[in-house]
Amino acid sequence: MTYLPPGLPAPVIENDGLDLPYWEGTRQGVLKVQRCGACNTWQWGPEWLCHHCRSWDMRWVQVEGKGRIWTWTRCWHPVHPALRDHGPYIAVLIELPHAGDIRMLGNLLGDPEQAVTIGASVEAVFEPHDDAPAPYTLVQWRRA
Amino acid sequence: MERSLRGKVAVVGIGETRYYKHGQSPEPEFKLALMAILAAAADAGIDPSDIDSFASYSNDRNDPSRLAAALGTKELRLSNMQWGGGGGGGAAAVGNAAAAIITGQADIAVVYRALAQGQFQRFGRAAAGGTVSGDNALINPYGIFVPAQRFALKFMRYMHEHGVRREAMRAIAMASYHHAQSNPRAVMYGRPLTEEAYDTSRWIAEPYRLFDCCQENDGAAALILVSAERAKDFRHKPAYVLAAAQGSDHRNAARSFNAPDFASSSFGPVAPHLWEMAKLGPDDVDVLQSYENFTGGVLMSMAEHGFFKPEEANDFLTLENLLAPSGKLPLNTSGGNLAECYMHGLELQIEAVRQIRGQSTAQVPDVHVAGVIAGPMVTPVSTMIIGSQETL
Repeated sequence: MTYLPPGLPAPVIENDGLDLPYWEGTRQGVLKVQRCGACNTWQWGPEWLCHHCRSWDMRWVQVEGKGRIWTWTRCWHPVHPALRDHGPYIAVLIELPHAGDIRMLGNLLGDPEQAVTIGASVEAVFEPHDDAPAPYTLVQWRRA
Repeated sequence: MERSLRGKVAVVGIGETRYYKHGQSPEPEFKLALMAILAAAADAGIDPSDIDSFASYSNDRNDPSRLAAALGTKELRLSNMQWGGGGGGGAAAVGNAAAAIITGQADIAVVYRALAQGQFQRFGRAAAGGTVSGDNALINPYGIFVPAQRFALKFMRYMHEHGVRREAMRAIAMASYHHAQSNPRAVMYGRPLTEEAYDTSRWIAEPYRLFDCCQENDGAAALILVSAERAKDFRHKPAYVLAAAQGSDHRNAARSFNAPDFASSSFGPVAPHLWEMAKLGPDDVDVLQSYENFTGGVLMSMAEHGFFKPEEANDFLTLENLLAPSGKLPLNTSGGNLAECYMHGLELQIEAVRQIRGQSTAQVPDVHVAGVIAGPMVTPVSTMIIGSQETL
């Protein structure tokens, strides 16, 4: 059971391999993001270079799947054919205070018409899409 | 040497096609581009084949070399594209053309934009199926595709931080619809908006309701620019470029919405360059055109330009303050993207010129300084000021 209906575009690893460790990690239920080996700056999304010290030594480190809601939107208008007749759904941008306040997008699981509070604590839920031609796992969030 | 555009280039011709709802143009996009350029040349009173330079933005599909061949251009000089999507480049295209004229790389330039979304894909609808990679792989699988959704995330946070109320957003939408009622070119001419209709309109992506969102349209628009020395010889009162600025803030395009100042219109560091070059401030602006992709973007743009502090938005953004002829700062006096036409903002540049000339359908008395803020919340963004002869 996935939060959104089937038919949305499937994520694939970039053809230069930049985000491979992230997508391999989510398949195993592990959340990995970048951290600079030289200056310890957290970086998300992935890039080849550390934006803070320009080191190439970007490492993939596991982080705890916890965070807080930084902003959100409830989408009502179906902009994609797969969402037609689906009804509203909530997207949340989650801030990870224990990882340099990096942010990542996901859906807020549960009632799509629930009240959403900026600052509320959430925890990660791994949502596998095993039937996709190239199986992948999304990181979703629920109130902690 | 002072590095500035101020007063060195003027807009001497403006033109547009009829504006249509998206997908309803009977003409193909390239023909619309030609029609707008010919209209601008006629307005300027020049032979279209004397236009030697072309500038556009947002990956406009109408290549200057094909335009030049079609128009019988005697000599093609500048062929300029401003990088970046959305309407963020509208003022930058004018600035780029002006810079080329000043530095001797162009003589008569046209800034243009054409859209026929029946012929091509819409902005507000995603293509079906397939796969996504890179930044989109971190966004699209969660149902976030189009600008309304991406920019809802920005403004929801901004409202939270600054206590912005819905009434401020409503005033922006109402001002555009009000002004469109006196503009026969406007797609929403004859279709006024009431407070009740705004308040009860359907949600698109919270905090945006239907009337917080721009239209999508077909049509084309064009402006002709020449040096200030030549501008006095044309038939209309010149509208001088007093300043243009483009750019965006620190790491604006950081993936997965990680821009440090994500909850913004991206004008933070850009607007100060504008005021410095113009040698003017927000209080000097007589009338403002500010790109409405979404009402929240207008609000943040105006705040970042210093028209009010974020905490003052609710007090400043009342309908009374925003209406021509006598409001404190008349806003989007042609109807703008919401109600005249979503010509990717180039209709706003044209309206600013009309205000300087005294030809607007919602004319503000005695306009000498007109501001145009191009598409907010994208990267890069751009902004410009034009003025009358008296401002030089």
